[in-house]
Amino acid sequence: MDGIHDVGGMHGFGSMPPLTADGPFAEPWEGMAFVIGALSARIAGGNLHAMRHAIERVPPSEYLAGYWNRWTMGAQLMMEDSGIVTEQEVRARAAQLSGQDVPAPPQPTPNKPQMPSGGAGNLRSRDTPPVFAVGDRVRVADRDPAGHTRLPRYVRRRTGTVTALQPCQVFPDTAAHFLGEDPQHCYTVDFDSRDLWGPGAESFRLSIDLYEPYLEPA
Amino acid sequence: MTTEHLDPALRVEALASLLIERGLLDEATIETFVKTYEQSVGPMNGAKVVAKAWTDPEYRARLLADGTAAIGELGFKGPQGEHMVVLENTPAVHHVVVCTLCSCYPWPVLGLPPAWYKDPAYRSRVVREPRQVLREFGLELDAEVEIRVHDSSSEVRYMVLPERPPGTEQLSEAELAGLVTRDAMVGVAKVAAP
Repeated sequence: MDGIHDVGGMHGFGSMPPLTADGPFAEPWEGMAFVIGALSARIAGGNLHAMRHAIERVPPSEYLAGYWNRWTMGAQLMMEDSGIVTEQEVRARAAQLSGQDVPAPPQPTPNKPQMPSGGAGNLRSRDTPPVFAVGDRVRVADRDPAGHTRLPRYVRRRTGTVTALQPCQVFPDTAAHFLGEDPQHCYTVDFDSRDLWGPGAESFRLSIDLYEPYLEPA
Repeated sequence: MTTEHLDPALRVEALASLLIERGLLDEATIETFVKTYEQSVGPMNGAKVVAKAWTDPEYRARLLADGTAAIGELGFKGPQGEHMVVLENTPAVHHVVVCTLCSCYPWPVLGLPPAWYKDPAYRSRVVREPRQVLREFGLELDAEVEIRVHDSSSEVRYMVLPERPPGTEQLSEAELAGLVTRDAMVGVAKVAAP
């Protein structure tokens, strides 16, 4: 989806924040947020890709309100989809924890998605051989589904070179929607910065890992 | 649905309370996870990998050929480290890693990502003007150095093998590991000499 999460190349987010050497959690609630998100796929019957897609669907203002905010809201969204909790319940519980006397809204009926899993993790195999080889020139498809994808806007329709074959993996575009794992070959594709950002760009090379359905022969 | 922003600390507390009540989460699990990522899984793991690669040429060769296996030799594996690729920085080539779409990061070797890595400023700009981004972080690279930016868009996870700083020939592997920083293993800093 063309959402707020797809920030590669956007302007307006300001200068670099300080390189701090802090631990992972600034406050105890952040640790609890991490655990809820880390377990959310198990609790909701989802998967890693569905969790990422849930974070992408967090409203833009909330997405930008902080990492642990979007992480928690994404985890909750996936649980809402599976009938584990509702936003009304969370709001009511928050009010109760703040000392207000509010009734508990009705609990939803669990309705977890059912998708066969090919095992732990995301590395899989596929019967058909890879279409592309190292050295091939490839064009990134003009592909902008309304659902989940790992194809960022900034490489769409651009031409690059395959520099490595990566392991075949669960296809996020289908797994996030519980349409099956549909494993796909995956390629590291290398771009010249000027092919991404025009002749005035800084000189550098950009590599990104793209699944076979995202690519066409150039 | 109410759209007013709910304080995230309160949301987490409310959500956790409901999940615990429903038997879907418990305090002991929360404590174990937090302790693991605060104490055992962090950049000190990656620093050991780097120090070993600096002192053992055969390990370095294995690390660059098959990152997952070589990192696994030191016992580091797990979520977000299923397939690891190690990128070697040299005087001529400087690698830097990002995840523009979320904040994918190699947990087994670096732990959970720091705030700056998750910030939209870093994620948006490092794929467009990396030299300027590195400069703002305090790393000025010579004009001849080729910059290679890696966007972690699949389940492959990247870690940078930084250059060993000069004047460290006499240091032990453990002392070298103490010099290696998280920022250098993402590629936004160099390892400083002691």
